[in-house]
Amino acid sequence: MPDVSFGATVELRDLQRSFGSTRALDHLSLTLEPGELVALLGPSGCGKTTALRVLAGFERLDGGTVSVDGTEISGVPAQKRGMGMVFQSYSLFPNMHALDNVAYGLRMRRTAPAERRRRAMALLDMVGLADRAKQYPHQLSGGQQQRVALARALAIEPRVLLLDEPLSALDAQVRLQLREQIRGLQQRLGTTTLFVTHDQEEALSIADRVCVMRDGRIEQVDAPAVLYKRPATPFVAEFVGTMNRLPARTAGAAVEVLGRRVAGGSADGRFPDGAAVEVLVRPEGLTLRRDEGGRGILTARTFLGSVTRLTVLLDGEPAASVKVDAPSDEAAALELGSPVTVELVDEVVMVVEPRPGGVAGSVPAGATIGR
Amino acid sequence: MVAVDASVYGGEGMRKASPAVASRPRRAGGLWRPVLLLAVGAYFVLPFVAALRYALQSDTGTFSFSAFTGITAQQGFGPAIGLSLRLLVLTVALTLGLMVPTAVYVHLRLPRLRRILDGITILPIVVPPIVLVIGVLDVAPTFAKASPYLLGFEYVVLAMPFAYRSLAAGLAAIDVKTLFEASRSLGGGPLQTLRRVLVPNLRAALLSATVLTVALVLGEFTMASLDQYQTFPVWIVAFDQNNSHVSTAVSFLALFATWALLMVISLLDRRGRTPPAGGE
Repeated sequence: MPDVSFGATVELRDLQRSFGSTRALDHLSLTLEPGELVALLGPSGCGKTTALRVLAGFERLDGGTVSVDGTEISGVPAQKRGMGMVFQSYSLFPNMHALDNVAYGLRMRRTAPAERRRRAMALLDMVGLADRAKQYPHQLSGGQQQRVALARALAIEPRVLLLDEPLSALDAQVRLQLREQIRGLQQRLGTTTLFVTHDQEEALSIADRVCVMRDGRIEQVDAPAVLYKRPATPFVAEFVGTMNRLPARTAGAAVEVLGRRVAGGSADGRFPDGAAVEVLVRPEGLTLRRDEGGRGILTARTFLGSVTRLTVLLDGEPAASVKVDAPSDEAAALELGSPVTVELVDEVVMVVEPRPGGVAGSVPAGATIGR
Repeated sequence: MVAVDASVYGGEGMRKASPAVASRPRRAGGLWRPVLLLAVGAYFVLPFVAALRYALQSDTGTFSFSAFTGITAQQGFGPAIGLSLRLLVLTVALTLGLMVPTAVYVHLRLPRLRRILDGITILPIVVPPIVLVIGVLDVAPTFAKASPYLLGFEYVVLAMPFAYRSLAAGLAAIDVKTLFEASRSLGGGPLQTLRRVLVPNLRAALLSATVLTVALVLGEFTMASLDQYQTFPVWIVAFDQNNSHVSTAVSFLALFATWALLMVISLLDRRGRTPPAGGE
């Protein structure tokens, strides 16, 4: 097992694939740098799994090219691509014990029996299952099965690793452990990895870059922190992390929200002066205090550890329900039903058009945002 | 010999029905259960007992094993069983060779065709064998009609419903698509995947398809007799006119052999489900 980075450059160029009238991939282009872990994130049906299956060779393309290290592989059958793959459902061969499962790829490559045993054993050891080598899949837990599947995928020393929602069938705790284990191994081996998930927390925590997809297209590809702080589109802003929508009004280059005038996010002339808009703000971008004259009422709280997420119903035209993160000890002092005042402490993430039927007042014609 | 088929299906039916019976409240079954079991048991066992008794009895009423010990010496027995065994091998090979790739391919690539295939595979049951034979004799070229192995091809059609049902059930029980893709991603070609992954995991289905086909070939009378070939069942009926004690003994042994085969299959099946510890 080489310790140096040996991952390949993967280039997906202008991929197109339709199923009937549904466009699963709509001119999608994405490059993975050597040793990088890119998470494909999006709601179900956004095309993320299709993209991965195209790379694996299980799905044909209507148009576009796939290349690895500059070599076009669109016509190469899956079994000759040498990419390791871990599936969502338990894909271990039920008729083989763990060791034979891991050794399967080496057997297909006609590696000598002693050598493939040795290597399969080393891989099982790496995922912490050396003592389970002779157990059959049905004798292993879900988490153990996925670890064997990971070892099996890595046994062929792939330069590209494909993970298709490998954690979604597991319990929360196991999921967390295995996530860290996958990331640790991936970084140690330097394998270029594409990780498909619909779980944004998973994507943000494991990936070097996250690629958010929607309707077969890429909305944004960026490092997790950038994606969170500076989403490119309202879809990304609301899909990644928790986001509040607050009614606001433009005032020149600024917006008025919660009784304050702040630099207007991206209100760069897209809306006329005085237009009713909505601003997107993270729960940690708001603060609240008890205030008998406040226009909000505390309606719910969710304890998250060091912080507690409070839900406040804001009186106004229209009423809005917002989520505010507060230190848990402060939040504990507030009773449900208390009158509170909510204030903005951070800049707004984005200024957007109000949802139809939402804020009173006219929506200026032609004022569309994003896509 | 037709009774063999009936007992195979009877056995299947009872196995399926048993959970439902067990889930009923205890009281309801209290007295009726043993009575019902005895009645059903008698229904199946009595004919066998009667057949065995008849086989062991001579016309004068004395008991002896001569009907059994003399079987192999009977005229025509060897060629008849030989022909049936050759037809058996041909039928099983053709059936599995045709049905396994077809069922797998349809399951993987053409799931929409499954319904249609379900319908087609039931046809041989719906169409009476006599219609099939006459149809075949009508269209088969002369050289084919001159060979007893034409029967094997007819048997493949008769066996298709049972073989396909078994395979379809086996395929539905495993995630064929994922297993296939997992194997391919590891470098396995289609044939290697079939041999190393699919067939081992379809073992129970393949065994049951085989045993049903075997039972069918060893019991089929109509087609063979209409085609005028002396297969084992045809021989039994013909010989019955000379020496009915011996032919009953033969039927009894054939029944017993098929049962033994079923037992072996179900044992193999059970072994497949709980793999031996430490095996390569």
